[in-house]
Amino acid sequence: MTDHHDFDKNYLENGKGFKSWFFSVDHKRLGVMYLWAIGVFFVLAAIASFLIRFEHLSPGQTIVSAQTYNVLFTLHGAVMVFLFIVPGVAASFGNFLIPLMIGARDVIFPKLNLYSFWVYCAGSIILLGSLLAPVDTGWTFYTPYSIDTGTNVIMVTFGVFVLGFSSILTGINFIVTMHKLRAPGLTWDRLPLFCWAAYATSLLQVLATPVVGITLLLLIGERYFGLGFFDPAKGGDPVLFQHFFWFYSHPAVYIMILPAMGIISEVLPVFSRKPIFGYKAIAYSSLAIALISFLVWGHHMFTSGQSKLINIIFSVITFAVAVPTAIKVFNWLWTMYKGSIELSTAMLYSLAFIFLFTIGGLTGLFLGALAADVHLHDTYFVVAHMHYVMIGGTVFGLFSAIHFWYPKMWGKMFDEFKAKIAFVLIFIGFNVVFFPQFILGTQGMPRRYFNYSPEFAFLHQLSTYGTWILGVGFILMLYVLCRPTGPASANPYNSLSLEWQMPSPPPTLNFKEIPTVNDSTYAYGTKIEQEA
Amino acid sequence: MAGSNPYKTYLNIFILLMFLTFVTVAVAQFDFGALNVPIALLVASIKAGVVALHFMHLKYEDSMTWVFALYPIFLMFLLIGFSATDIFTRVTN
Repeated sequence: MTDHHDFDKNYLENGKGFKSWFFSVDHKRLGVMYLWAIGVFFVLAAIASFLIRFEHLSPGQTIVSAQTYNVLFTLHGAVMVFLFIVPGVAASFGNFLIPLMIGARDVIFPKLNLYSFWVYCAGSIILLGSLLAPVDTGWTFYTPYSIDTGTNVIMVTFGVFVLGFSSILTGINFIVTMHKLRAPGLTWDRLPLFCWAAYATSLLQVLATPVVGITLLLLIGERYFGLGFFDPAKGGDPVLFQHFFWFYSHPAVYIMILPAMGIISEVLPVFSRKPIFGYKAIAYSSLAIALISFLVWGHHMFTSGQSKLINIIFSVITFAVAVPTAIKVFNWLWTMYKGSIELSTAMLYSLAFIFLFTIGGLTGLFLGALAADVHLHDTYFVVAHMHYVMIGGTVFGLFSAIHFWYPKMWGKMFDEFKAKIAFVLIFIGFNVVFFPQFILGTQGMPRRYFNYSPEFAFLHQLSTYGTWILGVGFILMLYVLCRPTGPASANPYNSLSLEWQMPSPPPTLNFKEIPTVNDSTYAYGTKIEQEA
Repeated sequence: MAGSNPYKTYLNIFILLMFLTFVTVAVAQFDFGALNVPIALLVASIKAGVVALHFMHLKYEDSMTWVFALYPIFLMFLLIGFSATDIFTRVTN
C-alpha cells in the first residue's frame, strides 16, 4: 500500500504510475478512480442507448436484429444501474468529499475502502464478462424468463452479487466515519447536507443490498440446480422474485438520487449567497426518504398479479414518499429566493436538476395511482419518468458536482463559457429525447419493444434526434473538462465549507491540524461570512 | 465486557448452541403440520439471538448499536409480512 505522509505534496503529486493509484488507500484517489470508472461505464452504456435509439429511427429493423436489440437494452440497463449509477455519486464524490467536509484525514477504514474498490473492479469484470454470451432479460432479470433463457444470466447476476459487497462495505465505512471522525464542534446539526445525504444513502446500501444479493443467489440456484423458488411447476412463485428484487431496487433508486440531492444542497447556497433554508428539514428528509423507501416496493408490481389489498396499501404509501422529497424542493427554492444568484455552470446543472427531477417525481405519482398505472405500466411513460429522475436528477447532479468541485479536485479551472454551451446542448438534447416518450407512453407504446406501429414513428424519430444533440453536448463537456484554462485558487467560489479552506488540490493528509468547527457551513450573507 | 468470566460464558453459550442444534434435528423427526416452519424458525432465532448477544457483544453495546441491530429485523418482518399479505390475499380464478 502506498501510504506516504508528505504533507507538502498534494494528493495528485504523491506518487505516480498505476501502482501508486491502484494500491492507494487515500480516499481522494479512490474517489477519483471511482469517478473515472463510472465515467467509462457511463460512456459504454450511453453508446448502447444511442444504438437503441438509432434502431427506432424507423419501424421494423433499422440497424440491428431483434435479439441484438434485446441484448443492447439489457446491457444499457445493467451497466447504467449496477456499474454507473448505484456506485455513482456516493462512491466517487462521497469518497472524495466526506473526510474533507467533516475535517478528517481519511475515512475510518482506509484499507477496507481500497478493498471495496477492488471488489467493484472484480464485479465489473464478471458482469462485463457475460458479454461473451450476452443477456437478453433486461436489467431486472424477471422470472420466469430469466430461468428459461439460454443466455448468460448466471454470470451477470453473479457480477451484480459481487458488486453488492462493494456497495455494503462502502456504506459501512461512510456510516462509521461520520459517527467517529467528525471534527471537534462539527455536531450533527452542523454536518454538511451532502454528508447527511451520503449517510442516508449508506444506510440504504447496508440494509437493502443483502436482499438483492440473496435473491440473485436464489435465481442462480434455480437455474443451476433446478431448485423451485420461483417456478410454479415446482411450487415456487414468480411474483415472489419481483417482491425480493424490488425490496432492494426501489430503495436503490434513492441510493442513486440521495447523494445528488446532497450536491444540490451544497451548490445552491454558494451561488445564491444565502444560508440554506430549512437545514434540519432537508437533513431529516434524507433520513425520512431512506426509511419510507423500504415501504413502497410493491408499486412496481401493480399489474403483476399482486393482490388488490396489497396494491392499495403500496399505492397509499407511495404517495407518502413524495412528502420528504417535496420538502427538499421547496427548501431549495426558498434558499434562492431574493438571493444574489450567480449562474455558474454548476449552478445551471443544479437548477436543471430541480426542474427535471420535479417532472420525474410528479410523473412518478401518476404511476403510483392504481388506475393510471394499469394504463401506463410498462409503457414509454415509465421509461421517460425514470430517465427524468435518473438523468435529470442523478446525472445532472453529478455534472453539477463535477463542475463545482473541479477546481478542488484537479487544482485547475475550466472554460465556463464553453461549459455553459455544453450544458445548453445537454439540457435541450435530454428533453428532446425523453419528453416525447411521455406522450408515446400515454398513447400506448410499450417499453422494450423492438418494433412499433407507424403512427408512433414521428415521436420515436424526434426522440432519436435528441440523442444526437445530447451526444454532442456530452462530447463538448468532456472536451471542456479535459482542457483546463489555468490554475485554481484554494476557494474560487468563496465557499464556507471545510473542503474549500485548504489548497487546491488538497494535501495528501488533508489537514495539518484537525480543525475546530464553530459555525454553520451555510452562513452566506451573514456576519459570520464577513468575519470568515 | 461486564463482570463475569467471559470464557465461562462463551463455553455455556457453546453448550446451549449444541443443545439447540440437537433440538433442531429432534423436532425435524416429527410432523407438526403447519407449525413445522414456525418451530424450526423459533429454534434458529434463539440460536441467532444468543450468538448476537454474546459472541457479537450486542449485550454490552450502547443504544445506537441496538438500533442498528434491530432495524434490519424490522425490515425482515416487513419483507415477509407484505409478501405474505400479497400471497394470502390473492384472488385466483
